[in-house]
Parts: sequence; structure tokens; C-alpha cells
Amino acid sequence: MIPAAFEYVAPQSLDEALAALRDGGEDAKVLAGGHSLIPLMKLRLAAPSLLVDLRRVPGLSGIRREDGAWRIGAMTSHYEVVGGGLGLASTAAGTIADPQVRYRGTLGGSLAHGDPASDMPAVLLAAEGAVTIRGEAGQREVAAADLFEDFLTTAVGEGEILTEVRLPALEGYGFGYEKFNRRKEDWAMVAVCALVKKGADGSCEDVRIGLTHMGTTPLRATATEQALRGQPLDAEHIRAAAEQAAEGTDPPTDLNATADYKRHLARVLCRRALEQASS
Amino acid sequence: MGAPGAEAAEKTESGGNGYVGRSLKRKEDPRLITGGATYTDDMVLPGTLYAAIVRSPEPHAKILSIDTEAASQMPGVQAVFTDEDMADMAAPCPMVFVPPGVEMRVPDHWPLARGKVGYVGQAVAVVLGTDKYSVVDAAGQVVVDYDPLPVVTDPEKALEAGSPIIHDEFGTNTVFEWSLPGGDVAAAFRDADVVVEKRIVNHRTAGAAIEPRSFLAQWREGKLTLWSSTQIPHICRVILSIQLGITEEKIRVVAPEVGGGFGSKLQVYGEEVLACWCARKTGRPVKYTATRSEEMLVTHHGRDQIDYVKIGAKRDGKLTGIHARIIQDCGAYHLIEGPVIPTFSACVISGCYDFPAVQTDIVGVFTNKFTTDAIRGAGRPEATHFIELTMDALAEELGMDPLELRRKNFITEFPNERPHGFIYDSGNYHGTLDKCLEKLDLEGFRREQAELRERGVFRGVGFSTYVEICGLGPSRALGPEGWGMQGGYFESAQVRVLPTGAVTAYTGVSPHGQGHETGFAQIVADRVGVAPDVVEVIHGDTNTGPFGKNTYGSRSLAVGGEAIARAAEKIQDKARRIVAHKMEAAPEDIELSDGKFQVRGSPGKAMTLAEVAGEAYIPADLPDGMEAGLDEICFFDPPNFVWPFGAHACVTEVDVETGRVDVVRYVAVDDCGPAINPLLIEGQIHGGIVHALGQALYEQLVYDSEGQLITGTFVDYALPSAADVPSFETDRTETPTPTNTLGVKGVGEAATIACSPAVVASVVDALRPLGVTHVDMPLTPMRIWEAIQAAQGSAGPNGGGAS
Amino acid sequence: MARVSLTVNGVGYTEEVEPRLLLVHLIRDKLGLTGTHVGCDTSNCGACTLHLDGQAVKSCTVLAVQCDGSEVTTIEGIGAEDALHPLQQAFWAKHGLQCGYCTPGMIMAAADLIARNADPSDEDIREALAGNLCRCTGYQNIVKAVRAAAGEMSTASAQPSREEVTA
Repeated sequence: MIPAAFEYVAPQSLDEALAALRDGGEDAKVLAGGHSLIPLMKLRLAAPSLLVDLRRVPGLSGIRREDGAWRIGAMTSHYEVVGGGLGLASTAAGTIADPQVRYRGTLGGSLAHGDPASDMPAVLLAAEGAVTIRGEAGQREVAAADLFEDFLTTAVGEGEILTEVRLPALEGYGFGYEKFNRRKEDWAMVAVCALVKKGADGSCEDVRIGLTHMGTTPLRATATEQALRGQPLDAEHIRAAAEQAAEGTDPPTDLNATADYKRHLARVLCRRALEQASS
Repeated sequence: MGAPGAEAAEKTESGGNGYVGRSLKRKEDPRLITGGATYTDDMVLPGTLYAAIVRSPEPHAKILSIDTEAASQMPGVQAVFTDEDMADMAAPCPMVFVPPGVEMRVPDHWPLARGKVGYVGQAVAVVLGTDKYSVVDAAGQVVVDYDPLPVVTDPEKALEAGSPIIHDEFGTNTVFEWSLPGGDVAAAFRDADVVVEKRIVNHRTAGAAIEPRSFLAQWREGKLTLWSSTQIPHICRVILSIQLGITEEKIRVVAPEVGGGFGSKLQVYGEEVLACWCARKTGRPVKYTATRSEEMLVTHHGRDQIDYVKIGAKRDGKLTGIHARIIQDCGAYHLIEGPVIPTFSACVISGCYDFPAVQTDIVGVFTNKFTTDAIRGAGRPEATHFIELTMDALAEELGMDPLELRRKNFITEFPNERPHGFIYDSGNYHGTLDKCLEKLDLEGFRREQAELRERGVFRGVGFSTYVEICGLGPSRALGPEGWGMQGGYFESAQVRVLPTGAVTAYTGVSPHGQGHETGFAQIVADRVGVAPDVVEVIHGDTNTGPFGKNTYGSRSLAVGGEAIARAAEKIQDKARRIVAHKMEAAPEDIELSDGKFQVRGSPGKAMTLAEVAGEAYIPADLPDGMEAGLDEICFFDPPNFVWPFGAHACVTEVDVETGRVDVVRYVAVDDCGPAINPLLIEGQIHGGIVHALGQALYEQLVYDSEGQLITGTFVDYALPSAADVPSFETDRTETPTPTNTLGVKGVGEAATIACSPAVVASVVDALRPLGVTHVDMPLTPMRIWEAIQAAQGSAGPNGGGAS
Repeated sequence: MARVSLTVNGVGYTEEVEPRLLLVHLIRDKLGLTGTHVGCDTSNCGACTLHLDGQAVKSCTVLAVQCDGSEVTTIEGIGAEDALHPLQQAFWAKHGLQCGYCTPGMIMAAADLIARNADPSDEDIREALAGNLCRCTGYQNIVKAVRAAAGEMSTASAQPSREEVTA
């Protein structure tokens, strides 16, 4: 299997890259690690006319701490995220596919691609992070809640490049990540990430829960969050709150799971993730 | 029908250096671990044209027109062909299984579709060009106009009146019906106190060798050479001759390094014939290599049986009879032998048990899916699965321990003729089960199981005691007057001692990972008194060595290995006579010891094989009447099949909240006779277990009701990785067969045949407190969860320790 | 067409390629290094694993043009029949291969693991090989081989590895 023919450029600066995208028109695509895009191109499910490779654009890689948040370059690989000491994000990135894919796949690429079965979108959503998007007209910051619009559709517009990810450090939060798949290498059938801040009295001061593959975009388990906030973090309260994890979701049925089964999994995994996060 | 008796073969001494039985490192490996091996796709010839195939997106349709004009105009395209260009084909794919007295429906299956298509992926046109990328683009420009026809994918529905008919010429979707009875089955069920019945679905799977199929064909000087990723170069040559109308001596088929087969390369594919036809047509070498997506679609599939099983027994557990009705989904067309597969289920219908009466009724069915044919185990995994799970159900019904039920009915006398005429050669079924239980510590497990259940952890153990038929096989039983296979099932070997005393051994088998170059060298080395290092085993080329029948059905060692042993013994005999002549002794006084042929009792009077070879190739002083040279051929047609057996135990843990199944322990004790190389046996057992774990837990080829394959890549067809399976505890017993002088049986399929019922039984055992009594494979988390839901009613599992 | 310059197993190459050319096809078809195999279309099987700038990657999912200026090591570059890499030795000694088709990718993935983790547990090894499929061995002897090679390499760690010598 081989991709359809396309043009390729590897610009040396972000401005050049944006110009190339503009000139390439609607069939131009940004190439980061290529581990979502190239398989689709090989299966001819995607056929861009131009690839704008960001590998030579300086300043798009690396992790730094700034104002209580991590600022992560879009071209930072999953492998670097795993080793970056980023708590939930590092744990979740460590479950992506396999080591070879984690070396090549990038955080920015994964977020811009917007696959609801991927691990990192729900993590960004739960952490209430944001991304920086550059266009020729300038740059804007888009909150995670506004980034994921639909299946494989994000706020990154034509002619724009996602350049940086802002991930709140969330000091004092415990986290849990529960990913359910058939094989280690697979995408999540369902995954749940949870971030929990315990109050001084042991009760739940704050909780944020992200759901993977429970809809056309990553979702928050809002009902569970509301049910648990301010409550004791004991088994009974966690169990009761987790029962609402699938509320309002309309997960797509696929080969391995019906919508009902996914909702069930979301409840079980949510409970387990909350138990981890609050332990 | 009936198989010939287990005639005790005459046993001769190996007498050599004791290489047989040792875990020698493989001779094959240096080239494989360095990237130096040559697989078919690694080869290019000057002027090679690459083939890209246009495939049908329709599962069932008439072809109204094919427009190749645009594709032909694409840069680099040399030619585009459709079936209309192939009027010179001499025959469609021959299907070699025609049981006497049985009406067998064989639709014409051409390399490119003729007028209609019957499955998604059927080849419709081929594009040839000089660049392997641009031919794919051009194939996308071929426009085919289809008139869709109604589709049927469910074999039981295909048998119903009113179903769409796939081949109008037959007026039915029934491929064939065949009954293989033995004993008084009616009486068996009439006299039984207890009868249990089950319907078991054994789903469709892929062989999934990691090397995709690849064919490189060259037509030069009026002769055809095909390099093919095949298990069966000799058989391929015969079939190419039939289909292309070229006499056999003008065809050479070479199987270079072959990257796994598992039955999927026991085939002559349309693309293989097409590459040869295109090479002849264009005068240029033609190469076709399948993509994985093509592999999933149109590399033959396996299993896909629905089995209705019935076992009768007396109240005390004594079995009275077994009956199975097998519905075999054959797909839309046959390749070389698919319909024979359920016959292998019938062979082992008696399992390890002393059933006085057995009967298998087989019905083959056409559906709008791709062809099923032999995949590792081929019919025997299906039988073991339904026998063992039905035995468990019987034990449950009788309130008897499932192992006690097995032991009560184990066959203990050998050779043992079964009611349907097959003769089990040798066995020790209690022995393998004893050893398996020793390793397992069943009592300890039951204690642990009870404790864990208290904590809401659900573990179970399942067993499989199996016997398999392999070592295909006695030609009289398998051939035209027996089962109706249109061929012989001997194997050939030629052992040639070269003038310096090194040895070339040609074998008719055609390995693809098994390690025959090593194991066969050990056999020869012991028999001619040299080290295996100087024995080169040559295989997989129709232009070298005698005509062979290749590698499948766990036959290579028991038939091919025996042939090579016998050829080597002929060398030994001749060497003895030469040495006796030179030493002025009697041939019977010459013994092979420490690598030398020496006069018994006179170690000083000895010759090495090199010295003997010198005498044979400079024949100045040979015994009167002896021919020069040291080069012997043997054709071995076994008197019986061989019947390996064993006992497997699987321990699984089920997360009852999610349905996930994890294999915690796996104990396998197998008996394939005396080991030639224990390392190779262990490797086959490990791989065989994972192949079946794949089917039991992960893998399934799924067609939707519209006939589309929805598991068309390794993303959806879930081959397990190292991270998804555990390590295994393996052991062996050695019970020789009298069928060959080596005493050996086959081992390539054994563990795959054994494993799946143990996995399913362990899950049923784990979930017994929740009321689950049956689950069909694959045991996906959702399927387990749904089974628990169904057993518990709508309330769902509480996950507690109820027991 | 695009120009790509890269170093493969210590040898420099400059090739004119179509942008869509996959790295694995550059390596196999243009450079003739056929030890790196192709087993799937979807980055699942890992038969095409090689090292790109010191990291194990699936070369069927990398474009040749992405490798301009890069260093590549393939199975042919880490050892030879007369000078086997410890992993090659161990796969041979432990019967960690049968048909051999997945083996180069397995060895390259395992080498990457050992470079990151000199003393991997069986679980570490199995996790690290999650992206490499084998149909023959059942993986048990592969795990054994990787563990043995890691042990061998850590005792011999005073000496530079072959990869450092050749890369």
C-alpha cells in the first residue's frame, strides 16, 4: 500500500510553512510525525496534494514550565511526553500504540487530528488546557473545550498550524488513567482519565474527568464531576458518582463494542480511574 | 474407506554420532538474523513488470463492462489485462478432493473473474508496469460496471429455500454432502442414559503469515520459472501445467525463503497463475506481492464451521456414541482443496475416547465470502473444540469431574481401530494427562480459586485432552479410491555423498520456518557418520531432487524425515559393503561408530565417509557389480497416519466487570514421539498455542451481512503481540509410532489443535458461579460481558463472591 | 521529485525520489538492503522496524523525504554472520525465530529497548515488543533471547557496541 502522489515541502520557518499552506490550498496538509496521516494516505483514505513538513521549523519542540502550566511544543513526540514528568499526560502517552509509534507521533499532531479514540485529546480536555494556533493573520489560543469540534475535525483551520500546547500543571491533583483495549497496541475501546484534588478534610475539592471514544469528540463526564465535587472520596461516593459517567454520551458502535457496552465500560473505568486518582 | 493397518516398520540402527535428540542451534538462522535471507519479494530481475490487481468491491454481481482505456494510457503502464484476454488458459483452478460416490460442485474459478464476481476482492483486471507505485495508481483508473446480485453470507441461511443462489448452474448452495459413520450410532443414542447436545460456532480466521504472498514469474527460452512464497512448489508445478497448458518439464517452481505459511501458502493462487500467464504473454518477468489488505481479503481463510454435536453416555459415564453435523462455509469458490477440511474433523471425531459408535455428517456451503481452506490444524482444531467442550457439558450433566469422565473413557490399547476405520497407532493418554496435572497442581489451584472467589476474583481452569491425525499420509487411504484426493502422499528424498565426504540431502518437503535444514541434517548425520554441519539440506526447487509432495498437515518429519532417513540408510548399506570389501570383512561386521565405518572388534580397521566416498567416486576397486557413486533415493509412502496426542491445561482470570480474559497459566504436555531436536518441538508448541489463543481470544474475520469484510487490516484483525500473551509451561512424553522407523509423529499443528477448548473451558469454569455455561469464540470482552449479563438476567453481575 | 541525502549503515547516499516514496522502499528497492521487511499496511506488524537517528521506527510509515540528513541503521548494519550482534547471537541460541520474516524488526526493536533499559524484565520486553507481530514463535523464546542479550551486553558494556562502531 502506497500513498497517492503529492508535493512536499519542508520549510525552515513558521512563516514559510504558513505561506506554503496558503499556496497549497484546501488539499494541503501539515505533516508532523505522520503516524496518523501516513497510514490514512497509504490506505488512500486521505490524499493531500501537498504536505508541509514541520520537521525543520525551529522552536516547535520541547517542554517548559511557565505560569503554573507546561508549555509543550506541538512537535514534541509522545516519547518525550512520556519522559517529561507530566503526570497524567505522561502516563496516558505511555499507552499510545507501541514504542516505535511513540517516537514518531507528536502531541500536536494527535490533538490537531482530533481522533476521539486517541489518548491525548481527552487528557487535554480534562486538564482544561489549551493550544496555540498560528495563521498568517496571527495567533490565537483555543481552549481544549473549543478545540474538538467533531470526528476528526478541530478548530485548527485551513492554512493554520497548531504550534504549542498549554497543559495546566494541576499541582496537588491526583490522577488516574484507565484505558480499555483488546491488545496493548490498539486504540482505546474506551478510556477514562481522572484528575482529583482532595480538600484538607479528604473530600473532593475538584474533579475533572475525560472520556475517550465515547462520542465523535473527547468528552467530559460532567454529571459524575458534579456528583462528586464536595463529597467524601470514599468507595461508596466514587461508585455512585461513576454510575453517571456515561450520561449524555452517544458512543459509536463498532466491531468490538456496542454503545451499551461502551457506556458500561465508561462507568467501570471511571470508578477505577477515580479510585486511582484519589488514593 | 478405512485406513491401512499400522504395520510395524522395520527398525534399523541410527548407529552414528548421536546428533538425533539434541537441541542443536538451527543451520538456517545465520542468514535469517542478519537480513541475508532471500524471500521472493527481495528478488528483482532485469525488466521486471510489477502487477497491480483491480479487485471487486462487490460481493456478488454481474460484470457488465470493464474499461481499461484510461489505465492503459497512464505513464509506465505496459499492459492491462482482463479475463477476455486469457482465452488461452487451459483450465480453471482444479479442486483435488472428489470423494468416491459424492456429488462435488466445483464452479469454474479463473485467475480473473469471468462474467461475474462472487466475493469482495475477487480479481477483475491486472495492470502491469515498470514502477510498482504507478501501477497502483493505474489500477485505480480501471472502470468496472457491476450489476449487483442478492448476497448471502450466513451458511445456514444459504441452505434455506429461497436463498440467493451463488452459482446458477448448480441451482443450490450446497457444495457437497458426505457422511462418515462407524458403528451403530442409532443404537448408541437409543441406549444412552444421558445425551448432551451443543451448537458450537467455530469462526472464520486468517493464517496471517507475516510475509505476504509474493510471486515472481519469468518466461525465458520457452520455459517458465516461478519463484513463489509457497509451501508446495512441486504441487504448484503440476497445477500450473494443468491451468496454463504447458508441459511440466518446461516449468520450474522455486520456493525461496518463505515467511511462514500455516496452511495459507498450501495453495496455488489465482495471482500465482496470473503472474505466470502475464510473463508468458509479455515476455517480461512479472512480480506480484500482496499487500496486507489483499492478504486479509483473498489469502484463503480457515475454520468457519457450525457444529451440531451430540454425545451419549451411560449414567456411570461410559460413552455410547458421538454424532456431529458440520456445516462448512466454503466461500463462493474453491481453491485447490478447501472442501476436504471438515473430513479432517471427521477423522478425529472419536477424540481420545473409546466411543463404540461415531458419525460425522458434513455439508459444504457456498456463501459470498472468500474461500476457506487449510489453516494450521485444518478441521482438527474444530473437532477437538467441539468434542472437548461437549465432554465438559456431559460431565456437568452427569455431575462427574470432567477429568474423571475423560480417564474413564481413554483408549488404552494400541494399535486401536476406531469404529470409522481409522487405526490409532500408539498412545499414552493417561501419561500426558498425569504429567500435565503434576505441573499444574490442580488441588492447589482449586484452593486458590475458592479463596479468590471470596474476594471477587474469578479464575478458572480448563482442560483439553486431544489426539490428532497427521503425517499425511498413506496414499491408499487418501487417494482417489480412498477419500478421493487426486494425488499421492508419499515423500521423497535423495542423499548424495560428494566425493570429499560432505553430504547434500534433497527433500521433497518445503519448509517455511520449521527448521528442516537442521533436523533433517541431524537424521542424515547419524546415519552416515558425519557432523550435521557438512550435511546441506536442499528443498523447495522442482529442478533439484526427486518429485515431492511438500509441507502441510504435519507431514514433513513423519513422511519426509523418514524418507531421508531411509535414503541415508541406503548410503550406509552401500558404504558398509565398500568398507567390507576393502577390509576383507563381511558387510554385517561393519559398524558405524564415532563417525567411522569399522570392522566390529577391530577399531583400527576403519574408514571415514570421506574415504568411502573416495572409493565410490574413483571406482578402481569396488565390489563386483557395484555401481560407482554414493547417491541414493527413497520414496516413502507411510502405511498409516500418525496420531500425536497430549493434555493441555489453561488457567484464566476473568474481569467480570469488563469481560476481559487474561491467561494466567498454560501447561502443555504433548507427545509427538521421540524428539529429533527438542528445541524445534518446543518452538512449534509455543507458536501453536499462540495461534489458537489468537483464535480463542482475539482474532476473527468478520463479514457484514452485505458481504463486506470489516476486519481487513491488522488494525481490526487482532493478531496478539508479545504483550498480549503469557509464557507457557511445556513438557513432553515420548511414545514412538510403529508407522515409521524414527518413531516420530508431527508437531506443527498439535498445540493449535489442542488449545482452544482449554481456554474456553477455563472461562466457563471461572464464570460457573455466575451461571455462564457456554461462550463461542473469540472470547472478546464484550462477548463475555454479554454472556454474564444474559446468565444473570438484566440485573447484571454484582462482581461479588457468590459461589 | 525530491533529493534525499542520508547515511545508511555508515554509508552516505543521495537519491532523487518521489515525495511519496516510503523509507522502507528506499531501503529495500533503491539501496538493495532487503533485510528490512514489509508485513502490513497499517504500522501494526513492525517487520519494517529500523533505527532512524538512533530510534526504532516503522519505516513503512516514514517518508523517505522526511529522512533527509538522517542516519539509518538496518539489520544489516548491526552485525554480520562472522560478527553477530549479541541480540543476533541470542535469537539464534534461544530459538527466537522460525520463518525469520519478523526477526529483523524484532531485533531492531529489542536493540532500541536495551539502549533505553539495560536490564529489562520479561514484562518490559513484552511491552517493548507490542508493536512487532510474530506468527511462528509464540514470543516466549524471543523474550528469552532479549533477556539473554541484555545480560550479555551489560557484562560486555565496557566495550563499545557494534552499532556505535558502524553508525
